Amino acid sequence: MILEATGLTKLYGEFCALDGVSLGVAAGEFVSIVGPNGAGKSTLINILTGVTRPSAGNVRFKGRDVGGGGPVRLARLGVARSFQLVQIFPDLTVLETLQAAVVARLGRGRRLFSSLARDREVQEGALEVAELFGLGDERHVPARQLPQGDKKLLDVASAFALKPEIILLDEPTSGVSTADKTAIMDTLVAASKRVGLKAIVQVEHDMDIVFAYSDRIIALHQGKVLANAVPAAILADQRVMDTVVGRRPGTSRASAC
Amino acid sequence: MKGFLVVALVTVAIAAAPLVASTYHVLLMLPFMAYAVVLLGLNLLFGYTGLVSFGHALFIGLGAYTGAFLTTHAKIRSLEVILIAAGALGALVALPVAALCVRYVKIYFGMLTLAFGMVFYTFVLKFYRLTGGDEGTPFLRPSLLGRSLDTMPKLDYLVGPYYYYSLSVLALAAFGMWRIVHSPFGLCLKTIRDNPTKAETLGIGVIRYRFNAFVISAVYAAVGGALLGPPTGNVDPTLAYWTHSGNIVFMTLLGGFTSFFGPVVGAFVFIYLQNWVMSVVPYWRLIFGAMLAVIVIFAPDGLVGLVSRRRPASPARA
Repeated sequence: MILEATGLTKLYGEFCALDGVSLGVAAGEFVSIVGPNGAGKSTLINILTGVTRPSAGNVRFKGRDVGGGGPVRLARLGVARSFQLVQIFPDLTVLETLQAAVVARLGRGRRLFSSLARDREVQEGALEVAELFGLGDERHVPARQLPQGDKKLLDVASAFALKPEIILLDEPTSGVSTADKTAIMDTLVAASKRVGLKAIVQVEHDMDIVFAYSDRIIALHQGKVLANAVPAAILADQRVMDTVVGRRPGTSRASAC
Repeated sequence: MKGFLVVALVTVAIAAAPLVASTYHVLLMLPFMAYAVVLLGLNLLFGYTGLVSFGHALFIGLGAYTGAFLTTHAKIRSLEVILIAAGALGALVALPVAALCVRYVKIYFGMLTLAFGMVFYTFVLKFYRLTGGDEGTPFLRPSLLGRSLDTMPKLDYLVGPYYYYSLSVLALAAFGMWRIVHSPFGLCLKTIRDNPTKAETLGIGVIRYRFNAFVISAVYAAVGGALLGPPTGNVDPTLAYWTHSGNIVFMTLLGGFTSFFGPVVGAFVFIYLQNWVMSVVPYWRLIFGAMLAVIVIFAPDGLVGLVSRRRPASPARA
């Protein structure tokens, strides 16, 4: 197991957002976390990436306890993430955004007087990721001027630029048109093979995407793990399908997200 | 390279000013150059890190008083020593102030820096024996590059050696800051300004970077503050007063905090305009207040922003 969580519980006052959730992600896996609104998906991602501290339980990354260690530490260890609501640096260009990630990965942020423009490793590293995500033509465009789908890609691309071992994506295709969703996912999966990513964990609402790309699906319901199985087994489980999905994949576009 | 050409031309123009301009106008260039150094530092915090300090007069005052103390009480007249001491003391005082302030952002950061500024102001006002209270302390004429210039008439000293010395310090300071904002460190500051949450997930330690930016800006403010002393020959508590902090924020907004040289332009325009307005009407703050409102509403990127649109709103250049 590259990432392992045991007995995660998160209380917000009286409200129990997560109730003893345990899960593991092995190298080579693409895991999707699904569940209805309020099931605790985002809380889980936030705990796994160190943003939120769990009330109980712990998170282990490659056997090391990282619970509540903060996002900076996790990023340096090799756990990257993207956000549900797209997070960009509005005034920085595509290339600058990716350069920042490369600078952080190489630990060069303390170089006060050295020239960024002449740092070939940073320049090439950023350009490589830009090309990988098809953002090469827009490399000098400030992030705020990008179309929504490309903002989303840039958010994910900057996480990839950290060359992480595992990446956690909180709804990588939310707010993107259905036509663009598959394109984003294909880019993402192709890129993950190129950079040698060991595992992907995503929270996703779009069941077509979930069933098309996942090796394993973890269904959450009311803060608990309802099911943890391969897509075929989830499809076959009527109880899980009714609670979590509400419909069979591919039957209706109207109720997506 | 157009930008480089403009900077070179302006530098030559400043260097030639004492030869062509009236002594009165040349004298006004001295505070301009001192403030320019202060503002280069302030803008690292303001324009590049996204933190607005209302307490940087503290460091201006600290630098100026360092020079006054050294020349008057310690008999040290070397301006090189004074500037280095001012910078070092600025950094030293900035360590605890920054450590406390950078945990906050926006108005809380602003208020906290204001509070430290007020504490320092009260200190210089009340510690009469060290600072001379409200009368201040004389800043005796410093020697430049090991040369004592005490026999020179004061005006000749100021528009001659001291002028070029200030220009050199400004050029060095600008070059250093240019390197800083174009370094990997500078890029990390910009990510923090734009989106600290995202910066953290990239592994950029937000608090530490803010702290470093604060300390650097304090060093610049202290060095610039020390340069303010010799032209007047006296350092008094108004230098550390909070309205002075407000003035430098005003200069930054006036010139434009989104460009590297914006604040420098702001300092220039502020000083000459203030001088002119004061000679015409007695209430310059009324005029400047109205001006500030106009800038914030109609030209948030300042004067430089009006001249050059930062980045064209067109799609890809590539």
